[in-house]
Amino acid sequence: MIRTSVVATLLVIAVSPVLPASTLDVKIGYIGSIEKMTTISLLEMPAPNAGLAGAQLAIDDNNTTGKFLNQSFALQEIMLNGEGDPAAAVQKLADAGISLIVADLPADALIKAADAGRERGLVFFNAGATDDRLRQDDCRMNVVHVAPSRAMLADALAQYLVWKHWTRWFLVFGSHEPDKLFADALRRSATRFGARIVQEREFKDTGGARRTDTGLVQIQSQIPLFTQSAPDYDVLVTADESQVFANYMPFRTSQPRPVAGSAGLEPTSWDASFGQWGALQLQSRFTKKFSRWMTALDMQAWTAVRMIGEAVSRTNLADAKTIVSYMRGPDFAVAAFKGDKLTLRDWDLQLRQPILLADGRTVVSVSPQPGFLHQNSELDTLGFDRPDTKCQLK
Amino acid sequence: MPLRFLLGIGLAMLFANSAEAFTAYVSNEKSNTVSKIDTDSWKVTKTIKVGQRPRGIAYTKDQKYVLVACGDDDTIQLIDTQTDAVAGSLPSGPDPEFFTAGPDGKLLYVANENDNTVTIIDIQRRALIGAVQVGVEPEGMVMSPDGKILINTSETTNMAHFIDPVKREVVASVLVDQRPRFAAFTPDGTELWVSAEVGGTVSVVDPVKHVVEHRIEFAIPGMRSDAIQPVGININRDGKLAFVALGPANHVAVIDIKTHKVLKYLLVGQRVWHMEFTPDEKYLLTTNGLSNDVSVIDVAGLKVVNTVQVGELPWGVTISDH
Repeated sequence: MIRTSVVATLLVIAVSPVLPASTLDVKIGYIGSIEKMTTISLLEMPAPNAGLAGAQLAIDDNNTTGKFLNQSFALQEIMLNGEGDPAAAVQKLADAGISLIVADLPADALIKAADAGRERGLVFFNAGATDDRLRQDDCRMNVVHVAPSRAMLADALAQYLVWKHWTRWFLVFGSHEPDKLFADALRRSATRFGARIVQEREFKDTGGARRTDTGLVQIQSQIPLFTQSAPDYDVLVTADESQVFANYMPFRTSQPRPVAGSAGLEPTSWDASFGQWGALQLQSRFTKKFSRWMTALDMQAWTAVRMIGEAVSRTNLADAKTIVSYMRGPDFAVAAFKGDKLTLRDWDLQLRQPILLADGRTVVSVSPQPGFLHQNSELDTLGFDRPDTKCQLK
Repeated sequence: MPLRFLLGIGLAMLFANSAEAFTAYVSNEKSNTVSKIDTDSWKVTKTIKVGQRPRGIAYTKDQKYVLVACGDDDTIQLIDTQTDAVAGSLPSGPDPEFFTAGPDGKLLYVANENDNTVTIIDIQRRALIGAVQVGVEPEGMVMSPDGKILINTSETTNMAHFIDPVKREVVASVLVDQRPRFAAFTPDGTELWVSAEVGGTVSVVDPVKHVVEHRIEFAIPGMRSDAIQPVGININRDGKLAFVALGPANHVAVIDIKTHKVLKYLLVGQRVWHMEFTPDEKYLLTTNGLSNDVSVIDVAGLKVVNTVQVGELPWGVTISDH
C-alpha cells in the first residue's frame, strides 16, 4: 500500500517551470552537545561546530535541490553545554513547529529527548551516539540511527583483520564506560568472525594531562613496559574512545605489531582523506565553507539532513510520520559517497552503511570485506542483523 | 600479371568493405594520459600525456581536435589529431568532468562538478560565454536530437535538468533515482534515458511531459544487486537497442528499446563506465576502470570479441568519424 502510493508520487513529481503556488518549508531542528574533550593528538581536538557544520552544509545541498521543487529547508540549532536539559530543548523546538530533529547527544540524553518529544510526534535522527543499546533494548520508534553502532564499527574492523589473517588479538581497553562498551563490541566481533583474543589488559586512567612539555620521554618507556610479556599476537586492538592511551601505542609496543581500533587502523563513517565515489566534491564543498576538515560526526549530521531532504523530495511532504514511514519502506535510499546506496533497517531503524578503515592519512579499506556474504544485503554483515535484534519498535 | 593486379584490387575492395579503421581515444583518469587505439589492429598506437585527472573526452565536430576534461587542472585540453599533442586549452570553469557540444559544434556545454554549474564555452574563441545554475554535482550532459533542449543530470540532487540552450535557463527538472550519472536520447527524441548509479536503475523520461514513464531494473544471477550501478548509455542509430554499462557489476546490459526489456548481459572488464560505437556501429568500445582495459563488443553478434589494455582507470572514449 505504502509502496503503491510512493510510486504514484514519484511519477507525479515532475517539476515544470510552473511551480506550485506555495513553497514547502521544512524546518529541521538540531540539538548538539558542546563537549570539551581533550585528545592526545592536537589534530583531533573537536571544533566548536563539530557535527553542526555537516548539518548546515546538507541544508545548502537540500536547498539547491529544493529550488527546483519549490521546497525550502532551514535549520534551527540548540547547543547544550554539558548540563543543559535535553527535554527543555525539545519543547522549545516543538513550540517552534519543528518535528524533525537531528541529535548529537549521549545515549541517556538522547533517550530523554526522544521520550519528551514522543507525544508531540517528534522524530529524532541520532547523528552522534554509537551505543549498541540504543539499537537493541533501548530502541525507540521515533529514533532513526544515522551514526553507525559500536557493533558495526567493530565488525567492520574485524572483517578486515580476519581477511588479513591477523586473527590473534591483544585487546587493550580503557577504564571509562564508553571504552568498555567498545571492548564488548570488539569481543563480540572476534567471536562472530573467528578471531581470538589472546590477552586482555585494562589501561587505567589515573588522571593527569594528556600532554606535557617533556611527556614523550616517559611515554616511550612506559608503553613497552605495559605491552610486554603478552602471548604472541598479530595485532594490538585498542578500545579507547576517551582518548587516554590508544594513540600512544603505535610504534611503541614491546613487540613490533600493528595497532587498530581507537588508534592506528580505525573504523569510521568518514575520513577527511577520503575522495572516492565522488566524495571529493563533498570534501571540497565542506572545506570551502568551514575552512577545516570534515569529520565522521559532520558526515553523520550531513547524512541525517540529506536523508530528510531525500524523503521530502520524493514525497513532497514534510510531516515526521510520513518521512519515517517512507524511510522504512522499500523505496528509500540515500547516496552518501560510500559506493553503495544507504537504506534503513526496518527492525531497529539503523542506517545500513559501509564503514571506512582509516589510518589517519589515508583510507586503507572499506568494509564489508569480500567474502563476508549475506542473503539480503552484505551491509547487514555489520552490526545487529534481523535475527540478532532485541529491538521491539513501539 | 593482370590477374595478380585484379586480385590486388579485389583484396583492397574486400578490406574496404569488411572493416574501415577508425581511431579511438581513451582517457585514463589515474595515469593522466590518453590512449590512442587503432580499431583495425586493436592496438594502442600512442599514449599522450595530458593534464590531471582526464575524464570526459570527445572529438570536435570538425575532427581536428579531441577535447579532454582535466578536472584537477580546471581546464579542458585540446589534443591536435594530426600531431597527437596537446595544442591548447579551454577555460572550463572549476573541476570539469563531462561535456557535450551543440549541434553546430561551436559551443561546448560543460558540467562543473564542484560548482553546481553548467558552463558554456565558445570553442573557436576559447572563451567562456555563459553559465546555468543547476543542482548539486552536475555530471551527465546531452543535447536533444533537434538541438533544442540540453539535458544535465545532478548527482546529489537526483534530477535531470532540461535547459533551454538559447535562453540559458532551466525550464524543467525531473526527479530520477539516486546519483544520476548519464543521459541519452533515443534517435527520434521521444525518450530520454537517465542512469542512476546508486539507485541501480535507468529512468525512461518523456521529454515533453517531463515525467518518468518507465523504470528499467537489472538483475544478474549470482551478482549482489548493490553492485549493479548503471552509468553509460549508448543507443544505436535505428533506435532499436540500448547498451547500459553496469559499473562494478562488470556487465553491459543490452535492452530492447521498444519493450524496455533486458535481452542480454555481456561480461566485459571490471567497473565499466563509458562506451562508444564505431561510426559503422559494428563495434561498441567500453572503458573498464578497474581492469585498465577496453572491451570490444561485436554489436551484431552481441558478444565481446576483443580486449585492449590501456592506461590506469580508463574513464571515457571517443571515436573518429572516418
